[in-house]
Amino acid sequence: MSLSAVFYIVLSAIITNNYVLAKFLGICPFLGVSKKLDSAMGMSVAVIFVMVIATAVTWPIQTYLLDKHGMGYMQTIIFILVIAALVQMIEIFLKKYIPALHKSLGIYLPLITTNCAILGVCVLNIDNGYGFLQSMLNSFGSGVGFLLAMFLFAGVRSKIETNDYPEAFKGVASTLIAASITSLCFLGFSGMLENIFGM
Amino acid sequence: MKNNKLKILTNGIIRENPVLVLVLGTCPTLAISTQAINGLGMGISVLVVLTCSNIMISALKRIIPDTVRIPCYIVVIATFVTMVQLVLKAFVPALDKALGVYIPLIVVNCIILGRAEAFASKNSVVDSMLDGIGMGLGYMLTATVMACIRELLGNGTIFGKVITAGTITPFTIMIMAPGGFFVFGVLIAVVNKLTKGKVAEKCQNKCLGCPGAAFCSEVQKEGGEEA
Repeated sequence: MSLSAVFYIVLSAIITNNYVLAKFLGICPFLGVSKKLDSAMGMSVAVIFVMVIATAVTWPIQTYLLDKHGMGYMQTIIFILVIAALVQMIEIFLKKYIPALHKSLGIYLPLITTNCAILGVCVLNIDNGYGFLQSMLNSFGSGVGFLLAMFLFAGVRSKIETNDYPEAFKGVASTLIAASITSLCFLGFSGMLENIFGM
Repeated sequence: MKNNKLKILTNGIIRENPVLVLVLGTCPTLAISTQAINGLGMGISVLVVLTCSNIMISALKRIIPDTVRIPCYIVVIATFVTMVQLVLKAFVPALDKALGVYIPLIVVNCIILGRAEAFASKNSVVDSMLDGIGMGLGYMLTATVMACIRELLGNGTIFGKVITAGTITPFTIMIMAPGGFFVFGVLIAVVNKLTKGKVAEKCQNKCLGCPGAAFCSEVQKEGGEEA
């Protein structure tokens, strides 16, 4: 794989195909945990971590186990169980061996099992026919894209909280409108990477 | 008694609408509501999975040990999702292609897990079935209405029928990502206005019934303490 292909996969996962703002995956944590910058960052780092490890586990399972034995239809059940078990194991492992990391990421880990971005990235890697290395790059890029969206949006939200808007828009409604504008900014990047890398 | 059953059924459609009032399952709703037919297809899929999993979980509630209940629920839900996925692939391949990855993602849709945890694990089979149908219909209606609005504004059609040709120039942005957030935000604001914020205050931002809710509030509390 050439260097430009590497950059293309990672950058398009971060910017043009941003998981939150273009593909609508992981909206729940995006709306729920983005109030404070600290917790937004903690959640995003945990997401990157689990995304990469989940892909490293589910890709071989799909390729060497399910596809080989003609059981592709079991994908959904197997993937979600593997991810749930994996998250649990990561939590136990971190608690025992790296308590400092567990302290900062621990509370976000149980939430991640039901985060659709994780299952989404695992399924999409298979659907797109990516190889192992491409899948890993795509997962890492998607995680970083999630972090970028969370980081930017936490900033936007801290501004809109103090504003005075109509009663009916208080709460989730105003947050969604703000997300719409943030997403509009990301739309401006579309086509940019294709021009740079000539793909 | 009969009145009570009717109340369970209509609860999900209006008073506790899963999408607009409880704000659950936002991801698939935003993603697939680009065309009315996709919204309807997704709505029916969720309705079927929700009703079946509610019946099954309520029937098994005495057998499932409390400590491992969430993984058990996930297996039950994933089974029904796989069934729906295979049926769609076989009979409506075009819809399956349009909905794509969002079909397997019904598994992690918090409406279904949330209803299993909050309702089916505590109530009788019949009540759980009615709750599943009500919530499913509520989801289906919302997804379809939202998809109709976006298709009309973004493409000038509803269910593929040309409506506004020549009168309004369609603005494509509505069927792209920002339009999804925008229409959803405005719909929630309209519901807030109609209910005068009564329901909203009680439910919104608390992800009622979502198993992750406890962690969510914990995270928010801790974030608040640190700051």
